[in-house]
Amino acid sequence: MFVDFFYHLRGYGLKVTITEWLSLMKALAIGHSRADLHVFYNLARCLMVKREADFDNYDRAFASFFMGVENHFDISDELLEWLSKPELPRELTDEERAKLEALDLDELRERFKELLDEQKERHDGGNRWIGTGGMSPFGHGGEHPTGVRIGGSGGGRSAVQVATDRRFRNLRSDRILDTRQIGLALRRLRKLDKDEGPEELDIDETIDSSARNAGEIDLVFRPPKRNRIKLLLLIDVGGSMDPHTLLCERLFSAAHKANHFKKFEFKFFHNCVYENLYTDISRWKGEATSQILKRLDHTWSVCLVGDAWMSPYELTHTGGAIDYYHTNQVTGLDWLRKFRDRCPNSIWLNPEPRRIWNAPTIHLIRQVFPMFELTIDGLTEGIDVLRGIRPNRALAA
Amino acid sequence: MSFHAFTGTDTYLASPELRDSVNVASALEKPLLVRGEPGTGKTVLAEAIAENLVMELLTWNIKSTSKAQEGLYVYDTVQRLNDARFGDRDITDISQYIKYGPLGESFLKDQRVVLLIDEIDKADMEFPNDLLHELDRMSFFVHETGQHHAARFRPIVVITSNNEKELPDAFLRRCVFHYIAFPDKAEMEDIIRVHHPDVEDELLRQVLLRFYWLRDLPELRKKPSTSELIDWIAALRRGGVSTDSIEGELPFLGVLMKRENDLEAVMAAHRRGRVN
Repeated sequence: MFVDFFYHLRGYGLKVTITEWLSLMKALAIGHSRADLHVFYNLARCLMVKREADFDNYDRAFASFFMGVENHFDISDELLEWLSKPELPRELTDEERAKLEALDLDELRERFKELLDEQKERHDGGNRWIGTGGMSPFGHGGEHPTGVRIGGSGGGRSAVQVATDRRFRNLRSDRILDTRQIGLALRRLRKLDKDEGPEELDIDETIDSSARNAGEIDLVFRPPKRNRIKLLLLIDVGGSMDPHTLLCERLFSAAHKANHFKKFEFKFFHNCVYENLYTDISRWKGEATSQILKRLDHTWSVCLVGDAWMSPYELTHTGGAIDYYHTNQVTGLDWLRKFRDRCPNSIWLNPEPRRIWNAPTIHLIRQVFPMFELTIDGLTEGIDVLRGIRPNRALAA
Repeated sequence: MSFHAFTGTDTYLASPELRDSVNVASALEKPLLVRGEPGTGKTVLAEAIAENLVMELLTWNIKSTSKAQEGLYVYDTVQRLNDARFGDRDITDISQYIKYGPLGESFLKDQRVVLLIDEIDKADMEFPNDLLHELDRMSFFVHETGQHHAARFRPIVVITSNNEKELPDAFLRRCVFHYIAFPDKAEMEDIIRVHHPDVEDELLRQVLLRFYWLRDLPELRKKPSTSELIDWIAALRRGGVSTDSIEGELPFLGVLMKRENDLEAVMAAHRRGRVN
């Protein structure tokens, strides 16, 4: 049963390891679950789920596993059975096997039995039980001494019910982000390298060198390290992007505040990039795209933000630009390719969820730039592409 | 084996889940990693544990420049060099130049202590990985003297993180994890009564109503936290503000909101709210 739970959790995408799972077995055996599914819920979570972003997945896994069986799931019986016939998850590494042996199952089993016997004789008090504050761990308000106590500490609601509340849904990392989260993601965009400029005193080296020099002070200098990343942020504003204004604003303000870029520039566009890009959101002041392209080279990264949702001719036809008085000589798609050719380390962030990326223009753009969702996970993946630690893959044409 | 159970203190109200997490970490002798919004009482937790279990508290405040080695010990070469040059002391005894850090010290104590490693995510990405071995084995080696120190009493280690950086998986696997959720209205009421035992019911009700309304505003860059709420109530009471005026306006808002943009956003939302 416990092994099933382990695989069930993994099935929900939780990266539970055997070491963590063995910790849970040990905690149960020394009496931590108090045979209460509520306590078990928290115990299993604090030992096996290490990110609050995964809490929601855990809740769903827990609810679906215990739904329907919660009334006849007896933790103590299950544990006794497991301790006498330890069934293990497959494929144990040597290290894990060693950990299991260190656990000394026989001793644990004896201790657990003792705990149970002791409990059958005495129904109250008992400070051998951790964290109970002197309460009787077993049989609290129930008839069977080892029965699962449901609803005890949770205010009349079962652990499964609490899990189905999905209180941690807001902490999922695939949700949209706030400024600080974006700022943190952008921090990943740090590539430290030796830089020119005034040298700094290297204290550790100085001490080492002085020591080797029989105590005569020998000062050592070294060039400082600086971030090399140059980022151009291009944001789609207006039209279908209006619902995403707040999100884009947050990305913008986080990028603007991040002071670790060697160079940072931003421009705005409407639907697609043409011969002019704008320096303000209202798109009054502009700069020729060709001028901007001249400033760029392969050391720059370009990050485009937009829903890539437009009429196909806006992308593929000359004169297709959305603004009526604007006749473009070069197609939008060609402008995008120019950016890509100039700066191969470039990505497109889409505030729309991936499941609705089905417009033909989205498909075309994904052949030019790798596209990511504007969520924590998407941004992190995208930034890994910019840093060159994840392969830069656009769709095959 | 007998355990001392952590139950919370008069001034620190711990939820049953938090109590269980602390006790599991203490029993399994694994570090407890605590995460949560600023102002949810992560740092104070370690103090509460120390007070509740009557143990000494050692604190290691992590900075962006902190190195794992500093937590164990530092070999003061400069002092030794200095002594050697001026012949002040006998420099052959290297152990007098070994200065133990909070982590090393917590291993050397002859009774169980609480060790707080505060804001671990402030340090370099690699920092937590450098601590893996020491936290696992609770022992370390002083190369300069050839001495091996193993903890006789494994400290209760509480590690806090503001989630500024993702912590490495290998590190997370070794921890017991607890996320302190932001308190809901009922819990907040209890917390406030600890700090302001004689607060009027009506004032408290109004203040909480306003506070949670504020926190729900999506345009805020920084949400006000518990400690700011406690300060706000203190300001309101000292300023003798009547309950009616909290209903109508938001006095001493500067105590709650520290950014000008946020302040403006709140005022705008407040005006909208009154029009509707």
